[in-house]
Amino acid sequence: MKSIRERLRRHLPRIIAATAAVAVIAGSLTVSNTARAGGTLRVGMTAADIPLSWGQPDQGFEGFRFMGLMLYDGLINWDMSSADKASGLIPGLAESWTVNAKDKTKWIFKLRQGAKFHDGSEFDADAVLWNFDKLFDKSVPQYSARQGSLVNFRISSVAYDSASNAKGWKKIDKYTVEFTTKSPDSFFPYQISYILMSSPAQFDKTGKDWKQFAKNPSGTGPWKLVKLVPRERAEFVPFKEHWDPTRQPKLDKVITLPIPDPNARTAALLSGQVDWIEAPSPDAIPKLKERGMVVSSNLYPHIWSWHLSRVEGSPWNDIRVRKAANLAIDRAGVKALLGGYAIEAKGHVSPGDPWFGTPSFVLRYDPAAAKKLLKEAGHGPNNPIKVKIMISASGSGQMLPLPMNEYIQQNLKEVGIDVDFQVMEWQSLLGRWRAGAKAAQAKGTNGINVSYTTQDPFSGFTRFLRCDLHAPGGVNWGYHCNKEIDELLNKASLAFDSKERDKWIAKLHTLEVDQALFIWVVHDVAPRGMTTKVKGFVQARNWFQSLTPVYME
Amino acid sequence: MFAYLIRRILYIIPISFGVTVLVFALVHMAPGDPLSAVVPPDAPEEMVQELKKAYGFDKPLPIQYATWLGRILVGDLGVSIARSRYVTDELAVAVPNTFILAAGGTLLGFTLGAFFGGVAGYFQGRWIDKLATGIAITGISVPHYWLAIVLVIIFSVEMNVLPSIGMGPGGSTAWQWNAENLKHLVLPVITLAVIPMGIITRTVRATVAEILNQEFVQALHAKGLLNQQVLMHVIKNAAPTMLSVMGLQLGYLLGGSILVETVFQWPGTGLLLNSAIFERDLPLLQGTILILAMFFVLLNFLVDIVQTAIDPRMARG
Repeated sequence: MKSIRERLRRHLPRIIAATAAVAVIAGSLTVSNTARAGGTLRVGMTAADIPLSWGQPDQGFEGFRFMGLMLYDGLINWDMSSADKASGLIPGLAESWTVNAKDKTKWIFKLRQGAKFHDGSEFDADAVLWNFDKLFDKSVPQYSARQGSLVNFRISSVAYDSASNAKGWKKIDKYTVEFTTKSPDSFFPYQISYILMSSPAQFDKTGKDWKQFAKNPSGTGPWKLVKLVPRERAEFVPFKEHWDPTRQPKLDKVITLPIPDPNARTAALLSGQVDWIEAPSPDAIPKLKERGMVVSSNLYPHIWSWHLSRVEGSPWNDIRVRKAANLAIDRAGVKALLGGYAIEAKGHVSPGDPWFGTPSFVLRYDPAAAKKLLKEAGHGPNNPIKVKIMISASGSGQMLPLPMNEYIQQNLKEVGIDVDFQVMEWQSLLGRWRAGAKAAQAKGTNGINVSYTTQDPFSGFTRFLRCDLHAPGGVNWGYHCNKEIDELLNKASLAFDSKERDKWIAKLHTLEVDQALFIWVVHDVAPRGMTTKVKGFVQARNWFQSLTPVYME
Repeated sequence: MFAYLIRRILYIIPISFGVTVLVFALVHMAPGDPLSAVVPPDAPEEMVQELKKAYGFDKPLPIQYATWLGRILVGDLGVSIARSRYVTDELAVAVPNTFILAAGGTLLGFTLGAFFGGVAGYFQGRWIDKLATGIAITGISVPHYWLAIVLVIIFSVEMNVLPSIGMGPGGSTAWQWNAENLKHLVLPVITLAVIPMGIITRTVRATVAEILNQEFVQALHAKGLLNQQVLMHVIKNAAPTMLSVMGLQLGYLLGGSILVETVFQWPGTGLLLNSAIFERDLPLLQGTILILAMFFVLLNFLVDIVQTAIDPRMARG
């Protein structure tokens, strides 16, 4: 035995040396940051998987950004050409749209001639009808309940009777389509912008099977999908026959990679595996800048707020309490917590927005005024109001929910509002959001923290404020109801002149802020990290962005 | 041996059935609506109900289980709700990717563990034993995800010598056994190997120490066998335990480490499970857990067979 020990003792240094050599060799395999083709942009998305590629994407607005609006066009598109002005609607596959002056439930859409799908087939009125049938008509082969579930709620005003299969879309001629809405609705152009046009010919070619279509999708968008590996990557190349020469991509290729963990995204950017990441965490931004990365950001229609319960017994039913809470929040502190990548909220939309209006209640940090209001309401440090808010630990658009909510909790504590949190996973929170404040799941809670888009009037206002849009018919979570607001919403939806519509929405927003209907905190500015080689990107004031002007230096 | 083999194969049938019951029950016992993650929160209730019907979630659970069982018996694991892709297609991509990682992790963990364990067993009580035992305890104690993040910070972010995510510049579909792709394997394999290394080190150390104290070792020496020959006997006696532990560890690693695969964005079963959990994708979740559980059952079976081949006394039990 002794000799074995001696042998081991003798060989041990060699074995250790060999192990070390293996480690050194492994370490010496250096990462090649230049092993990519010129003009290829690699994007690290926050999504956990490649968004669905068959037409209507999933993964929220990131799905639209990095799949839907790359492969497809809507009849109406979003203007993503400017970083300096609010992003509005522009002609897409429809060159123009007008409401019938006599019957304002009828809309005429004049379609673009000569637009082609990636498979070479022509876009026309039949393709439009086919795509609407896809979402609503269960009797047609292209009907897709899953696609319908992803988008039909956004176009709730289009007329469709499932019992009789009467449709609110019909062909006038090869390049003209008429839509009918349930009632006059000036928000319709916004709603229809979310409907993307898939190719009927490609659906036939792929055996009338959406699963196969998703592997070889065909739209009219500026990018074609050439490779899709689930959970790993999607690769896009320019569609050179795109109808809009101003949107011809400059890159040779775009590769999107799902990297849901923010630290992994940051590491991927810093180690040269991607050129662009979405939503780096605020504490990583100094590191990115230190390493010479560019951090792009811009205001966009987003609001991080607490949606308040207005059911019987809720402490938020007292306007003084709502105003006090809004005055107690140190928004500058929250912004600092986010590394400066936020804009302090003054309302549901930001002051530069045409919908902001002229509210008299100014959201500011004024704990003394907050305490005064609470005192008037019969509360104070010795008699605090107790509320429970449902929050998530993470989630799309939620920024840094835990530290932000804890910061606000401390702010409110100082004026006499004791906040308790019910923390849950993001999807669970959304489930409770859908169920409404009167549901059993929401028992004992007085608010919910879900960040919202204010991209269009319906998404930004109608769905939260209209009396009849509470659960299960909508997401007026708190059962808020104010007839004056309903009236303003009706006026806005009946205003077919955009300036007049904006005027009514601004009045609505003025009332919303003056009534302190939410506790508004900050607007996100969508930070994106990218290498200095990425050029040409214009960060539009929109949830969607265009990669067509981007190129690699 | 043959009778043992048949008996052992027959055991697999009720075990597999039990696995399906457990998988189905556990997945359905978890709170949350199966459609909550895939249907936008604003989607109208009638649309949600229509999808529930389309996916069969409107039926009683026993009916759902029977339908699922009937399908899996013919090799159909269903369609992912969130992704609208066949679960078998998803697994066909993910399982080989995880196997590459698991094999690397097991190989590294077993080699290091057997070496450290052997050394520690031979030099019991000496400084080298304490060093090896310390490494083993550290390996077992260090959280996977923490080590993964630390390795990424050191080797990817700061030193920029190893990639932090993915299976290679072209992804898993372009995987080849070349240096460019192997670099992507280094950090996840090291991370995965740490726990098996610790467990195997401790097991081998205890086994070797125990065997060295047995009388037959003295008898072998007394018979005049060379130390190398005695060592072979020690290894042979330690082998069944080592194999058993290695098999279990390989089983665990084949299950895919959700955290490690998520940190490194390795497109294996761990990442698949991660997305299935977050998207409440029941068909994908059920199918993946079932296949992984069956791997475990088969691995145990294989380990039992190999152990019995090495030590026929085991067949008697």
